[in-house]
Amino acid sequence: MPSFDLKNIDIRGAAPFIALIALVLLGSFVHPNFLTFDNLIQNVATRTSFIAIIAIGATFVMSAGGLDLSVGSMAAFTAGVMLLFLKSQEANAGMGTIALAIGLAIAVGALCGLANGLIITVGNIEPFIVTLGTMVILRSLFTYLANGGSISISPALKDIYAPVYKGTLLGLPIPLLVVVAVAALGAVILYRTPFGRHVVAVGSNEDVARYSGISTNRIKLWSYIIQGLCVGMAITLYVPRLGSANSATGLYWELQAITAVVVGGTLLRGGAGRIWGTVAGAFFLEIIGNILTLSNVNVYLIGAVQGAIIIIAMLVQRGLRRT
Amino acid sequence: MGRKTLVLSDAIQQRTGDHFSVHNARMVFAGNTVLHNVSLNFRRGEVHAIIGENGAGKSTLMKILGGYLIATQSQLTLAGSGVQFSSPKEAEKAGIVLVHQEILLAPHLTVAQNIFLGRELRRGVLVDDAKMNAETTVALAELGCMASPTERVENLSIANRQLVQIASALSGKHHFVIFDEPTATLTPVESEALFNVITRLKQQGCGVIYISHKLDEVKRISDRVSILRDGKLIGTHSTADLTPMQMANQMVGREMGELYPEKPERPDSAPALQVEDFSVPGFVRHASFSVAKSEILGFAGLIGAGRTELFEGILGLRMGKGRVLKNGEVVEFKSPRQAMDAGIAYVTEDRKGKGLLLASPLTHNLTLATAESFTAGLLMDTGREAKALDTAFEEFDIRAKSRKMNAGQLSGGNQQKLLLAKMMLLNPDVVVVDEPTRGVDIGAKKQIYEFISSLAKAGKAVVVISSEMPELIGLCHRIIVMRNGAIAGEVTGNNITENQIVMLATGTLKDAA
Repeated sequence: MPSFDLKNIDIRGAAPFIALIALVLLGSFVHPNFLTFDNLIQNVATRTSFIAIIAIGATFVMSAGGLDLSVGSMAAFTAGVMLLFLKSQEANAGMGTIALAIGLAIAVGALCGLANGLIITVGNIEPFIVTLGTMVILRSLFTYLANGGSISISPALKDIYAPVYKGTLLGLPIPLLVVVAVAALGAVILYRTPFGRHVVAVGSNEDVARYSGISTNRIKLWSYIIQGLCVGMAITLYVPRLGSANSATGLYWELQAITAVVVGGTLLRGGAGRIWGTVAGAFFLEIIGNILTLSNVNVYLIGAVQGAIIIIAMLVQRGLRRT
Repeated sequence: MGRKTLVLSDAIQQRTGDHFSVHNARMVFAGNTVLHNVSLNFRRGEVHAIIGENGAGKSTLMKILGGYLIATQSQLTLAGSGVQFSSPKEAEKAGIVLVHQEILLAPHLTVAQNIFLGRELRRGVLVDDAKMNAETTVALAELGCMASPTERVENLSIANRQLVQIASALSGKHHFVIFDEPTATLTPVESEALFNVITRLKQQGCGVIYISHKLDEVKRISDRVSILRDGKLIGTHSTADLTPMQMANQMVGREMGELYPEKPERPDSAPALQVEDFSVPGFVRHASFSVAKSEILGFAGLIGAGRTELFEGILGLRMGKGRVLKNGEVVEFKSPRQAMDAGIAYVTEDRKGKGLLLASPLTHNLTLATAESFTAGLLMDTGREAKALDTAFEEFDIRAKSRKMNAGQLSGGNQQKLLLAKMMLLNPDVVVVDEPTRGVDIGAKKQIYEFISSLAKAGKAVVVISSEMPELIGLCHRIIVMRNGAIAGEVTGNNITENQIVMLATGTLKDAA
């Protein structure tokens, strides 16, 4: 919980942050360049921003007892639509076009989330199955839009948009500020609003929620819409980075997002959401990769090490739960 | 000298040959002593009841006896020699079995597969289903249970699951059987069958240790009764020496007075809720009734008679069809929220499964059904929530070590009070309470009865659904009896008897008349 009461520090809630600090300390021993502003803030924090924002959305879905496997494909599809729109406006490119494209990306994400939510609630089908289906559909739609290859915008247009990813405000990279803003908003919604209470209620026990007069379908639907909005927002930061999208865009993002959420302390079976834990979880994953890269581990093996560390993190969490 | 000792120990051996005793049992959980040096002696061929309020330490003690818990300190003696159980399996080997209060069966397996789980009968390398099914049928018939051995447990009613669990525990040879509130989910008829089994166990020389909240039962079937309070043994008596009221007084440590508050006159007011020709597919057929302001209306019936389903249908919690009038106006509730907005609150029978979020804080539970009314702007007003919890603690006498606890850490009675407090925040004028005292100790029971009575006095229409007939008779102005999904009849007046209700509930009234 967001309150800071020193008398009863919630060890389970604090675990992801402790792990993160431990990892940063470890990193600072491994390589002298690790604990630098350029590496940790400019490089790692910026690269983490997509997964962090998507994982904040996933925290809502999973707190409500759901699951969204489609976020990676959704990200690719949204990026595809956004890039095609930008391409079509290249003649009269300007800040207005960029603003429109950002609005479009967020709307496309929200609509994808709405579609997931409607099929799950109205169709009453397992979220695992539904989002497995939309994962394949959206990936296929992106490939179709990209005609099997990639979609790119002109360097001129990219230069106009690039500052959104590469720029700084008050010395901090914009993507990092967006993550903090989205997380703060997410935390307020999840912890402090009736809607947030209802999300946790639906995730911990749907029957209790129903018998308390909560429209469980409405809550679930909104959790998927929030997930979609987050994917849209993540994409508005992703597109200015390279100005293009290809078949690798969004690949395995769903797994990274789910991992960040779970490492952050949200229960996979729902009922307890931890927004800041999720953000810590996302950073945790990225920093592992960063440390491994800095210490010259074969890049092909980074995934294996990340996977092993995820499992270890889960074992530690389970141990904490027992105490 | 040596010779004399030998003789003496021989004599003790004889006297204690059929005894099972626990000496100085102490249990400390996280610095809390929940059992203080309790010593008890059980005999074969005897029913020994253990009574006490929730939290008195009964279940802890039974888990120590059954090998589920290892005491901080204790000495167990079986047939004169010291024993130690580090697992339920070891206790079972020594002939001691604990029948759980919670149902611990594999829902996807059949009745017979559950009963023989882990000790399947074999023919060669294959399991002998025919033999297991046949033996299951016999074992269940003894308990008066007609469930088919090949039915999957998930399709059984709660009561039948409890009976299967009992049958499973009793298969095999036992010297002592511990029952932990076996009748909590059973109807009177099923309880009766269980009592027969207990009597037979006793005649076969088995010792029965029986935990129950139902003091009438204890009075009826036990030979001796031990009372626990706050983890201490208050005393062991011959059951014949105590009335149920005296047992209750010893349990709570003070004079209880009358369990049921005085019934006010049956009001002559307009109906608050009228239900006409209401059906719930698969559960209820053509039910009609009405309840007036200030009236307490009871719903009796066997488990599975459709009482809960009827009200869930009316209140938008499941599909149902019929005419419903609230204060004379036709209403239709498509969702539970609509019923709540119309001023009807339903307090579920399943407080752990449908009533409370056990892993959430007390305040979140209290305001869950009314979260929108606890906001300051867009955000939850936690200060106001905390105040509402203070009020609820006072009004319902909820007791908790800390207000920061989760609902799951409260005792059964306090959970029930919290659930009532939660639903009362809706400020309803019609209140439906379903099994309001299930698994609740007698002190809390009395408070809940007083609260229900005060609702009626405040002009609310109250419906009480209960399987405990004394409770309905003690509280209600009128009792509707349901059988097999239909209303079988109604009893009213000051001289309602259990017999009248049982005959309606089981369909034997016509034969008797």
